[in-house]
Order: sequence, then C-alpha cells, then structure tokens
Amino acid sequence: MGLKRDVSLATGLRYRGPAGYLTFILHRIGGLGMATFITVHVLASFVGGEVGAAINHIYENWAFQAFVFFCVLFHAINGLRITLLDLFPKLLVHQKEAIWIEWAVFIPLYALCLYVIVSAGLGG
Amino acid sequence: MKEKSKTLSIKERGLASFESIMWLFTRLSALGMYALILFAMIGALVMGARNNMNLADVMRWSFMPNVTHVESTDVPDLEPWATPFWKLTASALLLVATAHGVHGLVVIADDYIVTEGGRKIVRLLSIVMMAGMSLMGLWIIWTS
Repeated sequence: MGLKRDVSLATGLRYRGPAGYLTFILHRIGGLGMATFITVHVLASFVGGEVGAAINHIYENWAFQAFVFFCVLFHAINGLRITLLDLFPKLLVHQKEAIWIEWAVFIPLYALCLYVIVSAGLGG
Repeated sequence: MKEKSKTLSIKERGLASFESIMWLFTRLSALGMYALILFAMIGALVMGARNNMNLADVMRWSFMPNVTHVESTDVPDLEPWATPFWKLTASALLLVATAHGVHGLVVIADDYIVTEGGRKIVRLLSIVMMAGMSLMGLWIIWTS
C-alpha cells in the first residue's frame, strides 16, 4: 500500500496524464489562483486604510486582471463540464468531445475579456 | 471488505463519508454559483449596465455583487446596487464560494500531505480559514 513518491518535483511537474490532464492542472492552478486572490482581497478590504488601499491598487493592473479572469473563467467553464459529466455519468464516454466544446467556449470568451481589459488598461 | 465499484450511481453507493458528501457538495455548489452569478449578471443589465459598464465591469459585479465593485464604472446612481436584496445575494454567493473553495484547498493539500497528523492540521486550518473568511466577507458586504 501507499504511493511511491520518489520522483523529483521537476519530473512530477512534467508528468502528462491521459486526456484531460491539461484541464485538470489548469483547474487546479485556477482554483489556487482564485483562493489566493480572494483571500488577499478580503483581508485587504477588511483591514482597509492605507495598507488595504495599497494592496487593492495592485488589482488595477491590467496584467493582474488578465490573470484573475483566466483563473475565474477557466475554473467556471471547466467546472461546468466536470459537474455535468459527474452528475450524469452516462455522458462520460463523450469526455473528449466535452473538452473540445469547453475550449470552444472558453477561448472566444476569454479573448473578448482580454481585449476589453488590455484596451482599457493601455488606453486609459 | 470487497471494494465497491465506482460506476454505481450515487444512490447505490450512498454518501457514507464526509469526503463523499463534500464531493457532491462541490458539484451542487458549483451549480448554485452559476445560478447566483447569472442572476447578478441579469440584475446588472436590468439596472443599466448596458450603457454604463464594460464586459469586465459586469463580470466583476456578477462574480461578487457588492456595491464597491461598480464604484469605478460610469453608473450614475449607486443606490439600487447597494440594496439589502443585493447584499443578501452577495452573502449567499460568499458563503457558498468560501465552503467550495476551502474544501478545494483541502483536496489539493491531501494530494501532498499524506500523514494522519498532517491531514488533521490541514482540517483544523481549513475550519479556521472558512470561519474567518466568511465572517470578514459578511462584515465587508454589510458595511460597504
């Protein structure tokens, strides 16, 4: 019993599982990114004052907003696929097609958000 | 003990452990959040977002319908955005999202922290974090 965990971190990070691994790891990165952002954001808003304002000022940066929107949108759209396939397990045979649909929804939506964020960030 | 097949339906498998209850909660809370987010988005459009907000503004409000999230937009009157109705919606979203998110962190931590004592510490920390974030969030929503 017990998992063998004697691979290096670099090997672990380079591991590529079968279909859906990219969405799995992006879902995890998105979730961690959101958890970190929301924790800091709530703490900063709770503390308030100059410290809170200084931290909340970071969010006005367009690159930061682009990252947060990636986390949120990917996590939400990938989560919808996971929820639907898990609650209706008969659909699991179509997992690959579901992932393609997911990208077809995510890429245009994120591109649109990115366009709005970057043009507002650079154009003022 | 013979291991139960994972292809059984939820009813046949039963919700025996805390983990399996939370597995279901994670999925159902996701559905709940989609509903709340869509609800806030429709609310924003009804309150005039079409003329005064851009796409990113609307999404920021939808993911957390708190009045401070529309302060930087061209919306002329913030009053309809700060009603108890929206504060209740934001509170519901906050509580569901905190439970969903903190449990997600526990799931990730369990992949790397495998000792019984370590997992107990993770659970204790998660309870503290969940209570802390929920209370601070509620305070922010109802005082802003």
